[in-house]
Formats: sequence, C-alpha cells, structure tokens
Amino acid sequence: MTKSLSRRGFLARAAALGCSAAASPLLTPVSLAAGPWDNRLVVIILRGGLDGLDAVRPWGDPDFAAARPRLAQRRPDGLDLNGFFGLHPALAPLMPLWQAGELGFVHAVSQPYRDKRSHFDGQDLLEAGLPSLGDGIRDGWLNRMLQTTPGVQTETAYAIGSETMLLTKGAAPVSNWSPDVDITLSAQGVRLLEMTMRSDPALGAAMAQALVLAENDGDAVVVEGSDDDMMSMLQQDMKPRAAGKSHLRIADFAARQLVGDTRVVSFSLGGWDTHARQDNRLKQPLDRLAKVLLRLKEGCGQVVWGRTTVVAMTEFGRTVRENGTRGTDHGTGGAMILSGGALRGGKVFGAWPGLAEADLYARRDLMPLDDVRRYAAWAIRGSFGLERSHLEHTVFPGLEMGDDPRMLL
Amino acid sequence: MRFDPVLAEIRFGYGLSPDLTPPSGVAEMLAGLIGPDDIITRFPIPSMDSFREDLLAYRAANRTVRKSTDKAEAEEASKITKSLGRDFYRQRVRITGQTLMRQVNSPTAFRERLVSFWKDHFTVRGKSVNFQALVGSYVDEAIRPFVAGRFEEMLIAVVMHPMMLMYLDQTQSIGPNSAFARQKNKAQGLNENLAREVLELHTLGVDGPYTQADVRELAELLTGLAFWLKTGFRYLPNRAEPGPETILGQSYGQRNGRLQDIEAALRDLARHPATARHIAGKLAVHFLSDTPDPALVERLTGVYLDTQGDLLAVYQALLEAPGAWDPVLANIKPPQDFMASAMRGLGVTGSIYTALGHKGQQRLVVTPLHRMGQPWDAPGGPDGWPEQDEAWISPQGMAARLQWALTFPSGVLGAPPDPREFVRACLGPDAPQDVAFAAEAAENRREGVALVLMSPAFQRR
Repeated sequence: MTKSLSRRGFLARAAALGCSAAASPLLTPVSLAAGPWDNRLVVIILRGGLDGLDAVRPWGDPDFAAARPRLAQRRPDGLDLNGFFGLHPALAPLMPLWQAGELGFVHAVSQPYRDKRSHFDGQDLLEAGLPSLGDGIRDGWLNRMLQTTPGVQTETAYAIGSETMLLTKGAAPVSNWSPDVDITLSAQGVRLLEMTMRSDPALGAAMAQALVLAENDGDAVVVEGSDDDMMSMLQQDMKPRAAGKSHLRIADFAARQLVGDTRVVSFSLGGWDTHARQDNRLKQPLDRLAKVLLRLKEGCGQVVWGRTTVVAMTEFGRTVRENGTRGTDHGTGGAMILSGGALRGGKVFGAWPGLAEADLYARRDLMPLDDVRRYAAWAIRGSFGLERSHLEHTVFPGLEMGDDPRMLL
Repeated sequence: MRFDPVLAEIRFGYGLSPDLTPPSGVAEMLAGLIGPDDIITRFPIPSMDSFREDLLAYRAANRTVRKSTDKAEAEEASKITKSLGRDFYRQRVRITGQTLMRQVNSPTAFRERLVSFWKDHFTVRGKSVNFQALVGSYVDEAIRPFVAGRFEEMLIAVVMHPMMLMYLDQTQSIGPNSAFARQKNKAQGLNENLAREVLELHTLGVDGPYTQADVRELAELLTGLAFWLKTGFRYLPNRAEPGPETILGQSYGQRNGRLQDIEAALRDLARHPATARHIAGKLAVHFLSDTPDPALVERLTGVYLDTQGDLLAVYQALLEAPGAWDPVLANIKPPQDFMASAMRGLGVTGSIYTALGHKGQQRLVVTPLHRMGQPWDAPGGPDGWPEQDEAWISPQGMAARLQWALTFPSGVLGAPPDPREFVRACLGPDAPQDVAFAAEAAENRREGVALVLMSPAFQRR
C-alpha cells in the first residue's frame, strides 16, 4: 500500500533541496504582507463561443421563442431571474448565488472584434484586450494590469491549467500551475533528484516548487510502494482528464491560492462551440461552470469570497437563430458572467437590443450594445482601485470606460 | 575551446543517440546542410496542395450544414465534416510524429535544428483546426529548402506562402485605390498585419529603423498577394494599390502592381544591416546563450553583410567561434527539444513511434507537450516561442517534464533501459558524476532513467 508523507515532513524535505529552494518565494515563511491588494479577481476565459442567449434566456423578448424553436421550447420553472431573463436549467445550482446577490450577468456585450468570427483571432483579441492585433502588442491585458502595479510578486497572479494563456503573458511575473500534473516518486527518487539539481540553482528552485505544489494539489508526491504500484498510479495520472474532474481541481487549486497570497487568478473552460445538438451539448460546460463557481466559493470561505469578483468572458456569442443541426453558429453579441461575494449581483447589466430581425447585427447575431472590456476594466477598478487613465491607456488601450456600472459592492 | 563531437550533438543537434555517430568536425556539420535531404523521404509530410481537395470538401459540406433546409441533406453533410475534421486531426498528430522522428533519427541533426529555428522565426498557425494540420507542409515548402541558402530566398518563399498569407491576414488586404476596390465600391481595406511583422519580426527587428509610414507603404506594396483553396497562390494586380511605394527611403513599383516589385523590396529588407544584426543576434541566442558575446554577434553580422545574407557562411562563422564550444552548458532545451532529445537518447525509431498508435501518441507526446507549456505548432503569437530560459524554468514545466520522464520511456519501449548505460548514451563518456551516481543508486530503472532526463546536464545544452 502507499503511504504519503505528512505535509510538514514533505515541506521540510523540499526545503532541503539545496539553498536555491530556500530562496524560492513559495518556501519562505509566509509573510502575510504579500500582494499589493486585498481584493481578489478571477478571470475565466470561456473558449469556443458561449451562447449567451441559451445560458441567460431572454424569455421576455417576443422574438426569442420563434428564433429558437427547439432550444427554447418551454420556459422552465424556478429559473426566472428578473421576469425578462431566465437561466439555462444546467445553471440551476447557481440560483442561490443569484438570490444572494453573488451572481450577475452582462447581456448583449462583445469585444470589438467583428465579422470574421474566428475562434483563434477572437480569443487572441479577447486576451490581448485590443480591438485589432495588427499593432504589435504581444502581451495580455491581465499581465499589463500587473505591470502597472508596484509590489507584484510571483505568487500575486496565477494562470492555472496547462494551456498557455495570452491573457497572462507579458513582462509581469505570473505563476503557472496545472493541477493535472501529478508526480509520483519514491523518497529515494526525491533525494537523488535533490542531489542532481544541486549544481543548478534555477532548475533546482523550480523543481522544488513543483514538488511542493504537486504535494498540495490533491495527491501526495512521495509514495512508498512497489514499482508496479507507482507505475499504475503514474499511468492513471497521465490519462487525459478531459472527461474528468479537471475543472474541479482547477477551482480547488485557485481557491487555495486566493486564500493565500494570490490576488489574481485566471484559467479557461472549454466546450462552448455548440454547432450541433446544443440542447444536449451545452449542458456539460454549463454544469462545469456552475460547479467551478460553487467550489470557488466553498474553497475561499466567507471572508475571502466576500472580497472576490469573478469575471467569465468568451470570444463571441452565437447566432440568434438555430441552425439546421439543432445548434448555433459563430455570432457576435453574447453574455458575460459575473460572480463573487464582492459583486453587487442579482442583476443583468446592460441594455437590451431586441431580437427582431432589424435589431440584429448583420441580421443574424445579437447586437452588442457594450464592450466586455469596459466591464472588465470596471471590475479591476472596483477590485484594485487602478487609475482610470491606466486602464484606458495601458491595460485596454483606447477603451472609453464611460460611466461606472456599479457592479461591485 | 575546440570542436567537440559530443557538444556538437547536444548543443547544435538533438542530443546523443546510441545509433548515430556524431559529426567529426565543423566541415561535416556544414556538409550535412547541403547534402541530399534523405530524412524527409524516410519521414515524409504531405504537401499543402494535397490537402486542398479535402479542405474544399470540408468547406462545401460545412456550408451545406449551415445553409441547407433539407434535414437529411444537412445530416449527411454533417457526417462529412465530422469525418474530415477527424482526418485532419489525425494527420496533424501524424505530422507531429514525422517531424519529431526526423529530429530523433537524422544523422545531420543540425539541419533539423535550423529548420526548427527558422520555423519559429517565421511562425505561422492555421486559422482553423483543419489548417493547423498544414504547418508541417508550410515548413517543408517555404523553410526547409532554404535554410542553407540566402536569407532573402527564404523570406520571399515565406511571404508568398498561403499559410503566412492567411495567418497574418494578407489574403484580406486590398489596396483602397485598387481596381477591385473601386469596382466593388465597398469599404475594402488595407490590412497591415503581415507588413508590420515582416519589418518587426522577420527582417529589421523591433528596434529597427522603420516608422509607421514604412509599415503602411509596405502593406500597400503587398496588396495583390492572394490565396484561394481552388487555385492556390495567386498574384492579383487588380487588388494591388497603385504604386509606387516608398519603404526606408527606397521607391518600389509603378502604377500597376507587379510581383517582382514585392520581391525587390523583400530583397532589400533582407540585406539591410538591421536585419543582419537581428538575425545574427537571434542565432547566437538560440544556439549559445541568452546573453551571447557581443563580439560574436558583431562578427556574425559582418559575415551576413559581406555575403548578402548567405546563411551557410553565417553558420560557419558561428561554429568556428571559440565560444561555440564552451563546455559550460547554458540554454535550457524547450519542451519539444527536450522530448526529441530524450527520444533520440532512447533510440526511438520510426516503427517504435508508429506502434504507439494515434491514441498513444496523443497521450505520450501531444498532451505532455501541452503540459510542459509548448503545445505542438501552437505558439501564442507571430513572435514564436520565447528564447529566455526563465520562460521554461517554471514549476509547472518542470513537473510536467518529470511526469513525462517517469512514464514515457517505459510507455514507448515497454521497459526502461538500464540507467547505467542510458546515462552514458545520453550524456557521453564524461557524464557528470552526480548524475551517474543517481542513475545507479535509483530504486528502479524507471526512476533512474527519469533522473538522467531531468538532470541539468540533459536539460541544458
């Protein structure tokens, strides 16, 4: 059978991985003075184009049901938001958050990207925070936000997941961890690894941090067992977790960091590109999103959750009308999902353009009436008090923030 | 500091292989760049043209799925898009393997390193999942034949290749005063994306002596470069902005657009001193260290200018520089190279790799690369993958490497090799003592092999 070392014992062992490890920020005694702010911001990129009209359904619009004969057959009970909008059934577990004012939406929004409707370009622009990519800016808006703030340390911001995110790419330090990476090593293996890394402080420090993070994100690193036992654990760990609980591990890891010194967390969730059988296919990603938000709240605890704002955004919305395969195609306007104890929720922000054909963008898509970047900018301003001029010139160059939508408490 | 065959493989190739003899000197390394390119016949990658038919079929079926009102017809088309989409993805995984196998099995690995270097210098990505499968074709068509020639030939091939035209939006760029724009009377416009990257990334460099006006003029000159799935690459003068255009003070073109004017401008940019310095610096950083000796960069710049960008001469100067053979290893191998060199050390042949099957290749190669932070052919932007070591020395990256090092060798070979032999096979006869000790003292073969792969002597080059 396998036996895990105690956390304390392991930390001591990891700290013993040479002087390099002692210099690592994760292994120094927690100073509590870390981070320039006290509030927390979580940014979730919903990759693939969330159908905002299905997630947050405008039942009050006279043209909605007709545009969605198979996706919006019957208005379900108990999911009404404000008389006009209602939730998708897969988001039902979030109703308590809505009632507590910890869930909100912005509807009929998009980034400035128009017409081409490409996932790749759309996601790049969304993460770059720019209206177009041609002007040579190569970092992400979340990183630029960190660049403008003094006192940012490695653990202030975390990009979670194995995906490389443009959102957090740039000059400011951002830690990266994927809870999907599990390591299983014998105690002897750890000792030998420590020895071979001694000649290389930079590699040694990263390896030591890796072992500490891996030890604390679920399964223990150091196990005593036969080689066959360990191999089977490793093989288990190597299996793709796409169909598994990767999202929950990400949420748990995120919450654990937010309770500590981390103030900004970002990760992505996929599965939104519902061209066919959307009635069935959208359930799973929405269910995952709901579970992620609930696990974040649970993991953060009351105090930290009370200081947390979650912003979930997608590269574009989807066509208003269903297509021939019970799905929807790439569109323009869509919905942004907000959550957190710091949110002034229980509200759908933004104006409503209507779904009559003449009201649509290019006669096919929900008309975006506002810019997702404006809401992201106000979430940053509300959370961290960044100067408006910084936000309009550096974080989101050229953005006009306009009036405060007063999203945060 | 003199030529060393072990360093030649580690620093300028994909590491030592139990089956291949390292080069005997600089002359042999250079000869390997111009000799017959046998490895591409052993591990072929289909041409872009060979994909066109399937891409057209996909597009037609996709249109039917979206537009058709006939349910049966739409479902039939949907089956076609699904099956073609699956084929494209399988091709992509297969081509990933072919590229890796060239790196792992080539007797002239320096050539593969250069192909990979230039592929990154001229980064493209497919704009859709299907087109992502075509990056390997692009490399074989626009990069590989030119790595030992004059830089300008590669630049021209790249700028005219459909993958680059699509990636940097050139296919959408139309001269605002072109015949086409006037006929259509629509708000057709210029797209500066390719022009900007040609100046900033491909030639002069971000600190180069160009202005926004140069970007705009080059963008105007590039109008007319086009690509259609049905016809392939085309130059369409009726989309070209009427010239002439002035770039860095030089005038190019006449009233009517001509392909040779674009070529002339690209040749001049390729021969510019700022381009020479940019390329020299990048080569030195890539092969030697994040902070190369400025005198060496100066020397490479000089050779580049003297030879009008003869890359073979520049490589020769690089390999003949004393600093090239400094026994202290500096650069960290990025994940793809880490993986390729591990496979080379393990002696993974094409048939061993193929035996993993599509699923096995995904599980043991594609997903782990993702976790190490370098998903295949998917850098974040046109500036390619980072060169700085810090970008790769992260806890996430190291954890993913360790996880892979513990599983891949037995996954691919059935059982890991004897670590005591493996340490010499990978690190040469002078393997560091601590690594040799760890390989011997490990509890089992699996951990012993992983310890060798994770050692600084293996991860750096």
